[in-house]
Amino acid sequence: MRITQGAFSFLPDLTDDQIRAQVQYCIDNGWAVSLEFTDDPHPRNTYWDMWGHPMFDNPDAAALMFELAECRKVYGDRYIRVVAFDATHGWESVKLSFIVNRPPDEPGFQLERHERGGRMMGYTTRSYASDRPAGQRYS
Amino acid sequence: MAETTTLTGAARYSAGVLEYKKMGYWEPDYEPKDTDIIALFRITPQEGVDPVEAAAAVAGESSTATWTVVWTDRLTACDKYRAKAYRVDPVPHTPGQYFAYIAYDLDLFEPSSIANLTASIIGNVFGFKALKALRLEDMRLPTAYVKTFQGPATGIVVERERLDKFGRPLLGATVKPKLGLSGRNYGRVVYEALKGGLDFTKDDENINSQPFMHWRDRFLYCMEAVNKAQAETGEIKGTYLNVTAATMEDMYERAEFAKELGSVIVMIDLVIGYTAIQSMAKWARKNDMVLHLHRAGHSTYTRQKNHGVSFRVIAKWMRLAGVDHIHAGTVVGKLEGDPATTKGYYDVCREEFNPMRLENGIFFDQNWASLNRLMPVASGGIHAGQMHQLLHLLGEDVVLQFGGGTIGHPMGIAAGATANRVALEAMVFARNEGRDYVREGPEILEAAARHCMPLKQALETWKDVSFNYASTDTPDFVPVATAAE
Repeated sequence: MRITQGAFSFLPDLTDDQIRAQVQYCIDNGWAVSLEFTDDPHPRNTYWDMWGHPMFDNPDAAALMFELAECRKVYGDRYIRVVAFDATHGWESVKLSFIVNRPPDEPGFQLERHERGGRMMGYTTRSYASDRPAGQRYS
Repeated sequence: MAETTTLTGAARYSAGVLEYKKMGYWEPDYEPKDTDIIALFRITPQEGVDPVEAAAAVAGESSTATWTVVWTDRLTACDKYRAKAYRVDPVPHTPGQYFAYIAYDLDLFEPSSIANLTASIIGNVFGFKALKALRLEDMRLPTAYVKTFQGPATGIVVERERLDKFGRPLLGATVKPKLGLSGRNYGRVVYEALKGGLDFTKDDENINSQPFMHWRDRFLYCMEAVNKAQAETGEIKGTYLNVTAATMEDMYERAEFAKELGSVIVMIDLVIGYTAIQSMAKWARKNDMVLHLHRAGHSTYTRQKNHGVSFRVIAKWMRLAGVDHIHAGTVVGKLEGDPATTKGYYDVCREEFNPMRLENGIFFDQNWASLNRLMPVASGGIHAGQMHQLLHLLGEDVVLQFGGGTIGHPMGIAAGATANRVALEAMVFARNEGRDYVREGPEILEAAARHCMPLKQALETWKDVSFNYASTDTPDFVPVATAAE
């Protein structure tokens, strides 16, 4: 399966040139860009690990592309996303987020159903990958 | 406009009938206070009725006046409580119609009550015999008043954070046919659409609890569909469960059940009334629920330009009342919507501060005082081939709902959803890259369709569909170029 989180998951995997153009768009809007990675892609796993701080005063996408290459060297078997943060009053949150690296194999999620009374069902979404300890999930 | 001297003392309060403008409801020199609520009415006086007197009558009847002088006025600080018409302008190029500006003191209104506000402002005056027609065009709501309201329960930013969806419009579809599906069949549509790539599906305004499908059954099947699609995509999904019902007790019961099942969103219809809407907004804030409002019924009073209430006013009331989503028009779809006027509605929903923009029907500066933003929803007769126009006209913080444009896809519902999602992502991607996406839109879609068969089929199926009819509700002011100084 292909996890479709992020803004561009329905497009073919992005080339580095395409990523650079999107990152530059964010920077030109005054947003701070950063990288986050994870091996636990549960849809409610909000806090992916940060690869350094958001780049608050960086004018050029090249800096992020350098960090992406570094991040891939260490965590190339995990999900990596670009996050652009807008500190403008009234927003002060993420403005754009998209996946730029995926594990070669995405096993997906199991939907566990817990039968309760009155036809009620409790649902748990569990990543097949997260059965294994952190760090060994996609390798 | 002619000056009229307000009578005072015994001349003002001796028993009998006086012109409203002489009773103090017309004050051409009045400077509205920062704390005043201002209403702008379009008035169409009967033949022979002085527009100033008509404006004063509207001010009078929407505040303290009755048809005759009453001595009990003098037991009150009546100068303060009288609404004051202070400006009457002819409507450009429209003989017989006038814009009347009326200021109301803040103490005339109960804090945080749309019911109370509307009982005054649109309570009695719309049936007034001296007027042929009356329309509430816009309102200026002072910060002191805005701050008494909760505002949108969730707001655009927190909704996006909860859904983990940033940087693109959200995608939805209304389940069709709108009536007749059983719960089991209904959930099938929800599942296919969400699995295929939509963020949301939606109950239609008249799906409540009918013989063919009772509400509990619908909720149970829909949440099975939502959770299954979520597991298959790794992405948060939702379906607007319509909790509209006959009584508040029924609505709370349905909303509680939706919460228990883990839904991220519930839905209500505008026809439940302002007080019920405010109650549901409080419930939504308390229960971490996004609250979708379908504007069912609004066209009965928003569409005709000479009479009723403009939708921009309804949008303002709904932002105060506290819903998170509101249908606000598509421009290009099947329902009424002039582009300039619709932009005004979207600005009311999404801006922190609306500057006066007459060309969009916005007559006042409006500060929203950090009330959350309200997500507009574009629904009705739109399809993937219009994606560049939709992004250009409606922007990024909007839910685009393709009902027929998803479910009517020749290869099925999931394919329809995928077509819409690919078209959307490709268009946002191209815009961010700096392409002239409005002009190059069709090429961008063609290119995206080369790696997406469902999009190719969608573009072929609906390529000639457009809805080009003249709008009835259009701006009265057109921007004109002026020489640079």
